Amino acid sequence: MMKLIDTPPKTVCWETLLFLLASCLCAIALMLAGLAPARADALADAVNPLPSIPMLGMEQAITRLANVQDPRVPGVLKALRDGRLFTIKTSGRMVFADPKDDGFKLADALSGEALGEAERFDIKKVAVNNALRNVLNAAIARLELDAPDARQRLKAVESVSQNPNPETLSLLAKQLPLEKDGAVREAIQVALALADLAGPDKALRSKAIHALEGNLNQDVRNRLAALQEKTDAGDYIEADSGIRNLAAVALKKIEFKLELNHLGETLFFGLSLGAVLVLAAIGLAITFGVMGVINMAHGELMMLGAYTTYVVQMLMPNSIDLSLFVAIPAAFMITALVGIGIERGIIRFLYGRPLETLLATFGLSLVLQQLVRSVFSPLNRSVSTPSWMSGSLEINSALSLTLNRFYIILFSLLVFLALLAILKKTRLGLEVRAVAQNRAMAKAMGIRTDWVDAMTFGLGSGIAGVAGVALSQLTNVGPNLGQAYIVDSFMVVVFGGVGNLWGTLVGGLTLGVADKILEPYAGTVLAKILMLVFIILFIQKRPRGLFPQKGRATEA
Amino acid sequence: MNPLRTLHHFILMAALLSLSLLFAATSRAEDTIKVGILHSLSGTMAISETTLKDTMLMLIDEQNKKGGLLGKKLEAVVVDPASNWPLFAEKARELLQKQKVAAIFGCWTSVSRKSVLPVVEELNGLLFYPVQYEGEESSKNVFYTGAAPNQQAIPAVDYLMNDLGVKRWVLAGTDYVYPRTTNKILEAYLKSKGVKEKDILINYTPFGHSDWQSIVAEIKKFGTTGKKTAVVSTINGDANVPFYKELGNQGITADKLPVVAFSVGEEELSGIDTKPLVGHLAAWNYFMSVDTKENAEFIKKWHTFIKNPKRVTNDPMEAHYIGFNMWVKAVEKAGTTDTDAVAKALIGTEYPNLTGGVAKMNKAHHLSKPVLIGEIQDDGQFQTVWQTKGLVDGDAWSDYLPESKPIIADWTPPINCGNYNTKTKKCSGQKF
Repeated sequence: MMKLIDTPPKTVCWETLLFLLASCLCAIALMLAGLAPARADALADAVNPLPSIPMLGMEQAITRLANVQDPRVPGVLKALRDGRLFTIKTSGRMVFADPKDDGFKLADALSGEALGEAERFDIKKVAVNNALRNVLNAAIARLELDAPDARQRLKAVESVSQNPNPETLSLLAKQLPLEKDGAVREAIQVALALADLAGPDKALRSKAIHALEGNLNQDVRNRLAALQEKTDAGDYIEADSGIRNLAAVALKKIEFKLELNHLGETLFFGLSLGAVLVLAAIGLAITFGVMGVINMAHGELMMLGAYTTYVVQMLMPNSIDLSLFVAIPAAFMITALVGIGIERGIIRFLYGRPLETLLATFGLSLVLQQLVRSVFSPLNRSVSTPSWMSGSLEINSALSLTLNRFYIILFSLLVFLALLAILKKTRLGLEVRAVAQNRAMAKAMGIRTDWVDAMTFGLGSGIAGVAGVALSQLTNVGPNLGQAYIVDSFMVVVFGGVGNLWGTLVGGLTLGVADKILEPYAGTVLAKILMLVFIILFIQKRPRGLFPQKGRATEA
Repeated sequence: MNPLRTLHHFILMAALLSLSLLFAATSRAEDTIKVGILHSLSGTMAISETTLKDTMLMLIDEQNKKGGLLGKKLEAVVVDPASNWPLFAEKARELLQKQKVAAIFGCWTSVSRKSVLPVVEELNGLLFYPVQYEGEESSKNVFYTGAAPNQQAIPAVDYLMNDLGVKRWVLAGTDYVYPRTTNKILEAYLKSKGVKEKDILINYTPFGHSDWQSIVAEIKKFGTTGKKTAVVSTINGDANVPFYKELGNQGITADKLPVVAFSVGEEELSGIDTKPLVGHLAAWNYFMSVDTKENAEFIKKWHTFIKNPKRVTNDPMEAHYIGFNMWVKAVEKAGTTDTDAVAKALIGTEYPNLTGGVAKMNKAHHLSKPVLIGEIQDDGQFQTVWQTKGLVDGDAWSDYLPESKPIIADWTPPINCGNYNTKTKKCSGQKF
């Protein structure tokens, strides 16, 4: 453990500091010992030897600790599970340690007394492995069956019902009449019904099956399915045909419900992939769709947006939760400025020459990639996910939606609506549409087409930057981020219909859902190929995409 | 200005420049031994390979401080094949033909090694390959200092099966030769242990895959049938980051459904928030956290060389460390850098592992190493939870595939063959 620690060069000899720290701690310990002699009892006896126990003996030690009657036990068990329980090397004292700046903030494991801060190498973690974490979770759950927080209780009940034994079942049965929270009640009822199902009494068993009907809990499904299994000789494992048939009916209902939930999940996955495609493509829908510029550096603009997120997080490391709200406008500004620079510096000399534009912007994309490699190193940068975007939203026990994807769907719709509003409701939008329809006429009406071109390209690029912020939450932030999305973006714009924002939205979402429906059957690689083949065929039939522009504008 | 004169000027300048370059090259070639470093410094594999380039520079620098080799200084020749597989072959040719390097240290992905293979065989060069790989190969010109499947994949599966009681298996990998061959071996191995077809789920994804939602959901569904399930991951490169993120988001924790990875080490973890990954596993021959004197020394040297005390060390770095030092020993023993002499001297060469024991280059050009299984900790390090009793000898041809079972590699007379069938007594493929 010691050599992992980063030891920054020090001017002060740290042994002296250590000595001072140790003597301080000893003093505090003595004081505490004087204050609370009676409480340093069974709990202390169970906790203090933990660091010296070998891995094999830990399970026993944890059981012993869990059986101590003391309100502080769950806290200690949780700290042990979460890797927060440390021992001070010099004094052997047990502490909770939480990372703070470069060191750790300590609190006494028994008294909760704050003990100041310590360096990483002053303390040693009490190590646990997966098997022990399971033991710990079970022990914590048993203690938390009557916790005041309903969510805690629910988790405890679910954990206990994984491996029920007569003791925990009687605890659950005792808890049931006292329980007020609906979800917890249901979980307890399921656990008890499953126990009844395993029992010998036939009446109780068929009652249990009725109670479990339509329940989406995975244990329920597995247990009911187990009743239908045959032995290798071809006989049913469950001898009672009445119970077996009852279970089969219940299982069928559950399977049907699960199928529906699965469909919902696939739809969500598809929409979320589609939302990412829409975000990536919508900036391109402006630059390519409205202006007719084939911008191969579009992906690199997204990459710049993602790197902006990284830089913003570097600048405000203590408020990651807020960082995205700063990163979105920052990324928009930066990539919009870069976009305007590209338009003024390169693209305006190449209007009407699509091949040259394609080559020039492709070259530019390589330049931008190398620039990022030189500035940030070729290695991927790690962008943190704000806590409000981690985890998932549980709809029922078979369907949960991951929060990051959920927010990105919302965000992409928001960006789409904002862009639509800009194009339809603002003067800039009016001018953009005018120039796109008939450049000469717009010029004759006094519109500064140069300026409109620069602004339009800036807008498209800015949106790409915003998409980059969203992508930084889903994928790796590295120099190659843009390349991965450029083909998809063009695909969506061409499929949806060039020059039509609604086409981009519908096209992106359709492709996303279609891809996710195909994926389980065809595999990731083949699904992608099938999508491309489909689009090629579609474009043969309808060269102008899903929503072709109508009227004279199409001639331009 | 007269365009013709400009042209003349230009030609003169170019001639002078190339002459001076030539001169510089020849004058230096006399008192140095060149060592080629063939690692991607850009592209998707740069995340892993850049570190190996730095490791090699450190090892060469250190050897020079000790007085070089055979009285000459070592000179590193670094080229960038840019994660582009055909470019690996071109760069290898450049190193061997133009630069006349004595040995090449390089490649990461198996496809890059396969691309370099014909070049080093044709030009009779030496390649030290430092990464764990799928086996089923042994070349006279290549020394495999990473793990063969029996030194990583098989022990890891044994651990899951015996110690964690895993009954259902997801084999997830990136779509190229290493995961496909490894999974083929693992599938055969699992079936030989009585695992049924329906209890194995195999899934492949492209390089750099980022949308893992439906695959993770499928794994989750596969893992909720009541039987203990584990994921054996041969996912390579940066696709791992969104994969682990998605696992965390969908609430798959290590105590319910552990993932054991063969391509995720300390370097890859340094780019991710490891909190949700605590308890997931990896199998390697080296962990930075292993407590030996040699390892502590190596880490210290690395931090001094790279001037960043936060940088981590990993398994392929150890492989280069062993490979380079073995090469030095063999050159000293042979008294020359001639490929054939060095290759002969390398077999049987011994050098201490950083994790304990002594690595020995065997007749099949593989090493003997200990196998470690570690759990990911919240600081991005691994805590060893299991390790083999002694060292495991690298086996080039897997014993679990029916077609490669009778095949052995032995680069000593009288067999002298990397693909020798013990049943038919015939050598196929490369033979010299």
